[in-house]
Amino acid sequence: MGSLGAARSVIYEVFRQERKGQAFQHAGSIEAPDERFAEWYAREQYGRRGESTALWVVRRDALQPIEDFVDELNRNYHRVDGYPLKEKLKEARERAGTTPPRGS
Amino acid sequence: MAREDEFLEYVQSGGQVETDDWMPDEYRARLRKFIEMHGNSELMGVLPEREWILRAPTLQRKLALTAKVQDEVGHAQLIYRVVEDLGKPREQCLDDLISGKSKFHNVFHYPTKTWGDVGVIAWLVDAAAIISQKALLKCSYAPYARIMKKICWEESFHILHGRDVVLTLMLGTDDQRELVQEALDRWWAPLMQFHGNPIPTDEDPMYVWRIKSQGNDEARQQFLDGYVPQIWELGLTVPDPELRKDEKAGRWLYTEPDWDELKHVVTGHGPKTADRLDLRRRARENSAWVRSVLLAA
Repeated sequence: MGSLGAARSVIYEVFRQERKGQAFQHAGSIEAPDERFAEWYAREQYGRRGESTALWVVRRDALQPIEDFVDELNRNYHRVDGYPLKEKLKEARERAGTTPPRGS
Repeated sequence: MAREDEFLEYVQSGGQVETDDWMPDEYRARLRKFIEMHGNSELMGVLPEREWILRAPTLQRKLALTAKVQDEVGHAQLIYRVVEDLGKPREQCLDDLISGKSKFHNVFHYPTKTWGDVGVIAWLVDAAAIISQKALLKCSYAPYARIMKKICWEESFHILHGRDVVLTLMLGTDDQRELVQEALDRWWAPLMQFHGNPIPTDEDPMYVWRIKSQGNDEARQQFLDGYVPQIWELGLTVPDPELRKDEKAGRWLYTEPDWDELKHVVTGHGPKTADRLDLRRRARENSAWVRSVLLAA
């Protein structure tokens, strides 16, 4: 840094935790010249009324977004759709000549 | 085109999009304009109230009003951030606001004549605003919907503050009650115009793209349903002889709001438009050095 006007605002993402033990949720973003200001802006925007028990303030460019989940090997045994129980149950009941148990 | 249809179907069935997702140009443009106007309104909305900070009747009221102003400016900052992520820098938003190129809400173009206006604004203007803003919690643009949670939450404090100011005056002298009635008389027309003209939702592009989740008249009906009974129970008179609820139809009937006045006011011809934009321009010039120091730190 050093020379006037060389720095620029940085965007920080703010995550807040409403109560102890809960997951942090994305709340919004703020723009600040440095981390010290980012902390105070985050406190003002998301902590002023005691609405958060903790905040995570992260530079946006430090986040690593992952948005594609390609299942190249068709590993559907990791997922519910890998287990088509419904049709199989239906067939099994037909063979056994039974009806579904009550409550299911 | 097929991709645009797919997008439309997605948002109409409750889907939400993030900043980096593909979106049709028309959607992005409308979204940005709408959110920018919201940001402008938060920023300009503090000016009518600011005039009363130094004239607040007690220290407690002064602090509460200052806190409300701080909240609203904070909302403007969050909202302009969302606009920036959609491709328009905040500086440019402020340029366009000051030059009159972009708009802000009709209610912020009017004068605040007495402390009664301060109460009526915080109670009823914020009530009207929270109805619009709650309908944005389901906005198809997720980053906007997310910050709306905090904004709605804070607006509910402002309604408390406004209602307390109004109730205190209503428990006071005849002159004080008169102050509230006069303020209500002044604000009723702008309040009825606030949610916009009653275009059917399927012709309202903001609804079609699910930027808003309710139509204009629906919002107004909700406002009347919630607040007319609260106004009446205080012994105040709503200055519209036609106002009544058609219980059978479940809808409020009222004198048609003056849509020409609404258009005239939001296009920059309100009684206080020029003054307030001038104040905003001067404030921006006077604080320019602070921004340059911060950014050079």
